[in-house]
Amino acid sequence: MSGLLVAGGPVIPNFGKPNACLKNNGWFCTHWIHEHWHDILQPALIQHIQLVVIAVAIGFAISFPLAVIGYRFSPLDPVLGVFADFLYTIPSIAFFLLLVPLTGVTVTTVEVALVSFTLFIFYRNIVVGLRSVPPDVLESARGMGMSRRQTFWRVELPLARPAIFAGLRIATVATISIATLAAFLIQDGLGAPIFDALGTPDLFHTELLVAGGLAILLALTADFLLAGLQRAVTPWTRVR
Amino acid sequence: MPTEAAELVFDEATKVYPGRDGAAVDHLSLTVPAGEICVLVGPSGGGKTTALKLVNRLIELTSGDIRIDDRSIRDHDLTELRRSIGYVIQQVGLFPHMTIEANIGTVPKLLGRPRSWIKERSAELLDLVGLDPSYAKRFPAQLSGGERQRVGLARGLAANPSLMLMDEPFGAIDPIVRARLQDEFLRLQEELRKTVVFVTHDIDEAIKVGDRIAILRQGGRLAQYDTPQRILDAPADEFVADFVGRDRALKALSLRTLGELELAPLEAGALDGLPQLPADTNLRDALAVLVGARRDTLVVLGADASPLGVVRRADLIG
Repeated sequence: MSGLLVAGGPVIPNFGKPNACLKNNGWFCTHWIHEHWHDILQPALIQHIQLVVIAVAIGFAISFPLAVIGYRFSPLDPVLGVFADFLYTIPSIAFFLLLVPLTGVTVTTVEVALVSFTLFIFYRNIVVGLRSVPPDVLESARGMGMSRRQTFWRVELPLARPAIFAGLRIATVATISIATLAAFLIQDGLGAPIFDALGTPDLFHTELLVAGGLAILLALTADFLLAGLQRAVTPWTRVR
Repeated sequence: MPTEAAELVFDEATKVYPGRDGAAVDHLSLTVPAGEICVLVGPSGGGKTTALKLVNRLIELTSGDIRIDDRSIRDHDLTELRRSIGYVIQQVGLFPHMTIEANIGTVPKLLGRPRSWIKERSAELLDLVGLDPSYAKRFPAQLSGGERQRVGLARGLAANPSLMLMDEPFGAIDPIVRARLQDEFLRLQEELRKTVVFVTHDIDEAIKVGDRIAILRQGGRLAQYDTPQRILDAPADEFVADFVGRDRALKALSLRTLGELELAPLEAGALDGLPQLPADTNLRDALAVLVGARRDTLVVLGADASPLGVVRRADLIG
């Protein structure tokens, strides 16, 4: 019964009460999943969602005004675009390390890196969306006496919605995947159990599969929900 | 709720684009009487669209003035001015994300009309431009080009403006649908009696639609401003004669219909094989039918398709 523990040396806490499945390092030990849903998996999933939602929300909040500025004052667009592009290209783990001297080994460090990553996706998509508004539509808005502000909120922004939502979906899914790297720095998110499993001597299969699977499931669910929301707010794109 | 049609006056209206040689519109002076259609026509570079956009200040005057019912457009608040003028353009510019009803209701909404009013008004306008009420909830992408242009017209009329600006409104539509839209537009105008400024590059459309035609030449100078009949009968100069074409005598025929001619009485049994045309056919088309049929006489039909009398080729062109 205790063969694994005896042979394995130091006790690996995540294993819990060993049974046959665990002893064989099975790929899907339901007993373990059941036992550790509340103390390992569910908290990791919730932390992961928090990491992503905060990063995407802040990323959007920063990109939106920048994109409107880049759209309105086109000479600024390349400058803002290149800056966002630069942040986007820094590898995430390198970014974490670069930030540690400034913000320490904290969730802030992770969020700053994740937000920086989303900026480029949001910025480009919002600008492209606003630019996609046909000139005749803008002319008729002006000719009928819409103010600039009215034209923006009633015409330009709604027509940019498909591109903005495309950006939101890409940014969300990409951030869900990159947020697993947060565990490189802090014990937060689905990356934590994944890294734990990777750290065991012979890779704890069940934990690796379940935590990784949750990350994939989360990404698919988020994309599905956002796609549904997009359909709901862009009814004109579905007609023919 | 008819609004009085407005009188529109161009008074030495001039537009010079900075950094460009010569004016786009050069000291244009003309008066469009209330309730009439004035067609601006001319070659590209003639400044006709610029002249139109000067009126709702999409383009600002360099000098001179434009007055609507004696009030300078400069004295109006910009957005109020535009909301008081119907604006219809070639590419229509419908808002793709709004239903047809919301598109038609654009200006009323800007003017703060209640939702129920807009709903009612847009149903009324759909009917006016010959579209089924079910179109209200559709999106522009679900309509054909001709239907979209009808909606564009309805949208221009929505706030019941006293002045309409129409920039090649039927320019992007195939000839058959265009002719139908022109006819319907003229029928609407019989009823609405708006003051209309209508831009086209097509002299035939100008002759058909216009109560008066302003022919603009390169550099935005007015070459002639007159009724279609006068322009065809007595072109002011070489340029106008050239622009209206060598077939201007034929075009002049299109201004009159068979019903306006004195008809010869029918001779019993003599109708056999003669072309038969309704009284509202224009003389140009009637002549074309005669030439095509190699005949000298045609029968004119009344509204109930009963023969009214006959017309000879010589009467048509006389």
